[in-house]
Amino acid sequence: MTAGTTAPGRARINARTLRTDRWWVQPAVTVLVLVAFIIYATVRAFANGDYYAAPYISPFYSPCLAANCVPGSSEVHLLGSWWALSPALLILVFPLGFRLTCYYYRKAYYRGFWASPPACAVAEPHGKYTGERRFPLVLNNLHRYFFYIGLVFNVILTYDAVIAFRDADGNWGHMGMGTLVLLANAALLWLYSLSCHSCRHAMGGRLTHFSKHPVRYKAWTLVSRLNTRHMLFAWLSLFGVALADLYVALVASGALLDVKFF
Amino acid sequence: MGYKARFRVWRGDDADGDLHDYTVEVNEGEVVLDVIHRLQATQAPDLAVRWNCKAGKCGSCSAEINGRPRLLCMTRMSTFTEAEIVTVTPMRTFPVIRDLVTDVSYNYQKAREVPAFRPPEDLAPGEYRMQQIDVQRSQEFRKCIECFLCQNTCHVVRDHEDNKTNFSGPRFLMRIAELDMHPLDTHDNRAQEAKEDHGLGFCNITKCCTEVCPEHIKITDNALIPLKERVADRSYDPLMRLFRKPKK
Amino acid sequence: MTELERHAYDVVVIGAGGAGLRAAIEARQQGLRTAVVCKSLFGKAHTVMAEGGIAAAMGNVNSHDSWQVHFRDTMRGGKFLNNWRMAELHAKEAPDRVWELETYGALFDRTADGRISQRNFGGHEYPRLAHVGDRTGLELIRSLQQKIVSLQQEDHAETGDHESRLKVFAECTVTELLRDGDKVSGAFAYWRETGRFVLFEAPAVVLATGGIGKSFKVTSNSWEYTGDGHALALRTGASLINMEFVQFHPTGMVWPPSVKGILVTESVRGDGGVLRNSEGRRFMFDYIPEVFKDKYADNEAEADRWYTDPDNNRRPPELLPRDEVARAINSEVKAGRNSPHGGVFLDVSSRLPAEEIVRRLPSMHHQFKELADVDITKEPMEVGPTCHYVMGGVEVEPDTAASSVPGLFACGEVAGGMHGSNRLGGNSLSDLLVFGRRAGAGAAEYVRSLGDKRPVISESDVDGAAARAVDPFAEGGTGQQENPYTVHTQLQQTMNDLVGIIRRGGEVEQALTALEELKQRARNVVVEGHRQFNPGWHLAIDLRNMLLVSECVAKAALLRTESRGGHTREDHPRMDPDWRRQLLVCRAEGDGVSVTAKDQIPLREDLMALFEYSELQKYFTTGELAELPAKES
Repeated sequence: MTAGTTAPGRARINARTLRTDRWWVQPAVTVLVLVAFIIYATVRAFANGDYYAAPYISPFYSPCLAANCVPGSSEVHLLGSWWALSPALLILVFPLGFRLTCYYYRKAYYRGFWASPPACAVAEPHGKYTGERRFPLVLNNLHRYFFYIGLVFNVILTYDAVIAFRDADGNWGHMGMGTLVLLANAALLWLYSLSCHSCRHAMGGRLTHFSKHPVRYKAWTLVSRLNTRHMLFAWLSLFGVALADLYVALVASGALLDVKFF
Repeated sequence: MGYKARFRVWRGDDADGDLHDYTVEVNEGEVVLDVIHRLQATQAPDLAVRWNCKAGKCGSCSAEINGRPRLLCMTRMSTFTEAEIVTVTPMRTFPVIRDLVTDVSYNYQKAREVPAFRPPEDLAPGEYRMQQIDVQRSQEFRKCIECFLCQNTCHVVRDHEDNKTNFSGPRFLMRIAELDMHPLDTHDNRAQEAKEDHGLGFCNITKCCTEVCPEHIKITDNALIPLKERVADRSYDPLMRLFRKPKK
Repeated sequence: MTELERHAYDVVVIGAGGAGLRAAIEARQQGLRTAVVCKSLFGKAHTVMAEGGIAAAMGNVNSHDSWQVHFRDTMRGGKFLNNWRMAELHAKEAPDRVWELETYGALFDRTADGRISQRNFGGHEYPRLAHVGDRTGLELIRSLQQKIVSLQQEDHAETGDHESRLKVFAECTVTELLRDGDKVSGAFAYWRETGRFVLFEAPAVVLATGGIGKSFKVTSNSWEYTGDGHALALRTGASLINMEFVQFHPTGMVWPPSVKGILVTESVRGDGGVLRNSEGRRFMFDYIPEVFKDKYADNEAEADRWYTDPDNNRRPPELLPRDEVARAINSEVKAGRNSPHGGVFLDVSSRLPAEEIVRRLPSMHHQFKELADVDITKEPMEVGPTCHYVMGGVEVEPDTAASSVPGLFACGEVAGGMHGSNRLGGNSLSDLLVFGRRAGAGAAEYVRSLGDKRPVISESDVDGAAARAVDPFAEGGTGQQENPYTVHTQLQQTMNDLVGIIRRGGEVEQALTALEELKQRARNVVVEGHRQFNPGWHLAIDLRNMLLVSECVAKAALLRTESRGGHTREDHPRMDPDWRRQLLVCRAEGDGVSVTAKDQIPLREDLMALFEYSELQKYFTTGELAELPAKES
């Protein structure tokens, strides 16, 4: 165990922290919510059912790439019939990777799950700390690749929201609560992706002379503005995805009837 | 208006020390530093505290109040209830000298290890031309008053003394970001140095530096993460390597 | 023999503000081994408090600006009492000093074509202040600090030691300068951290210790401003001039008590803020002096039109020079028309939309919100005059910053003459750079001229200095034991009440009696504890300096029977051209000081020619004017 705040020379104070506020609330809430999401997502990912209620497809299962996808849920089947597991498992690794390497979620799970640190000026329980310099945490530097892939997913889920304006028979001119749910989900995902730190860097953050790249500067400025709310979008889009899936599941299982506007 | 507040102040030196209880008068509108000064003038004339401007501009009176890294001069007594015990300790990441005064030489040492601004050789003084939008990012970082609260709160060194050798801390990683974004700096591989010489990889962006910054500089979002992205450009992104042009 | 740490340097700079750091950079660049000794940490100097900017006639915003115009503004601001050679050098060299900062890495706000932006300020004819938002002082200190680090990196590359040629001794207080015959031979100091003594053997010492504000109760100055350099110079045999001129900034915070004195920037009034008394009256209209009647509006309607149409309207009287506004506020308070906490109201909330206030005055908005819990977009501020700057200081050779003691140099606020009787905003930061560099160069030149014949330190002087430093720990003595905090508080009260913004002969005499008594009491100051970081002891040592310097201020204030710039005598309200030719010189005598008058050096002819005859008439005696070459009026 390496010496922390009790290292020789430092003021002799043994308390782990002298904070008097409820500093543990925030990491505790983070853990609770994320664990709840993980449980829900795992159950739903393995469920391999109730993910398509025409014309709505759950974001957990889109794009549905295996031959065992329920009819109507997708047109492209990259994988043959040998794939016997839930088709969600084929794709979820990408959004999962995007969120795992996200600069905001990193803070959330380092604090919440790893207590490194649990809160500011509260000693962490670990004897050694090497940060993100070694495997596996050094992989967090690949965030930008997940961001690019995430954009592809955003396009697909936006497409899903657009085709939700067709009715179950494929005729345009439909709109139900499910359409709204999928639209909201797609919008939140866009906000989450576009407010991403890697996006901000790609737009213009890597430049030294903004004045020579007026368009990229403009883009950087917009993304920077979104970026200040990245945490908010991270949570909203997480809830959005779960709720969209839940809605589709409830409709598909017949527990709920989709409200139809026109 | 005035009331008697209960204060608990850490007194001691590098060998030993303890929290001492005081009951001291507090008047309307005062900050914690005023109360510390009153203790000096009335009960503890040799209570050591470092301070200068008393207006949040010099960054001298850094300490921890109820466990939170703060400037003594910018913490108003009205943020506490009259019944609350106010605990004041020195910064816990640096060696203590006496009472509330710590040895912050770690920071000056790290400052020396960051290669200085390297001016362009082809421009004479007076010939520098820079656009406002090109300097404003670095200007944000130059608001830093060097109170070292970010260095103090950063768990990388706060909780791990042995990391001090290899980690320069948020203040000086931000300094590297400032120079890397400076439109006329000609030093070429600052991002790489941030990774290799200053331990940028230790940072796990848990944002405590940003939380404690009295100047409200967005250290993590505007300096550390962009620096990490610049490191990724060079070290972790094979595509960028293919496309990269030499700087400037 | 006293046990102590010894260091030998070519140049020792005392003070690590703008002037001290610039002097150290110069001395080191000229190849001399240089030490900087400062009371605080490196980079914490009072220079960080400067908000407005650095005045330099670069002409980036208005190309009509030139050193001549800057020189004229400076002389006018100082009511022609300035040392004209200093004002000339300052105006000529300021632009180079600012541009030099950019090579150190400074990032000023820019104009549209990429140059350094410049802003308007009181007393400056053209937009002239290079700035970074409202934190220009911080930028200046940081740039100089980083330049020093860069020089240390060069030394490290060459010698393997960062500190081989330039070292900063932070949190170290110099208590005495040592001499060999009449020449400076070194400095005696103690580490604040341990209380241990340090001896610097050095043939040249540059004083850059700043001002004296901590002798006053209400001040914008930090604890460091205890007149150390002024007192060291006096005790070493140098003279001070212009000590009666102390600038009171009209708008300091008055509430809460903890922040009393902290500055409220002039820009608040420049952007439309108005001053009102408890009756709600804009009282500044009642205080426009005769000489300014043609430049300032006498009614609210015209004053309000000025903000949008400055060419066809006269300025609002809130924008009168600092001394005028400070006196007016003082009179209102004395007449009982004060705000609840003894100031007047400065209101911008009824003048501008809230978002405009936040945009234009971000740090003021923040300052009042954080420190006073006042939202300046919704309610008025309470303000009153605060001691801000001392124009007086060590009498120096303008070109080399050398004092009358060989080997002793002074620059920045501790040097006198440059600003005459009143300093213009923005001229302080440029003063630091111009004369900091000159002092470093002057010291280097002097050290080279000495060759091998360096002055030596006498051990008995060292023993004496050590004994005097620990004196406050010794109990005994005849009188009652005194607490340094109590004596300091009474000194501040005395100076504030009796030698403050408005002075009367009788009150200044009372102050001198009180100072004499405080001096006696200061001898009986006893401090508790040990020498390790002991604030009581530090104060006891600084107190001696404050008392000595306060005596200079009071004695000079009593002698100067006129009102000019930062010196207002209620019993002698007129500015007297005869007094313009006189400098009051303060020297150490016995355990106190003596003040004598001395003739001012006449203004050089070509510089005189920069002014209109009609303007000179306001300041010069008929005799002086008669000697001028005939000019049309």
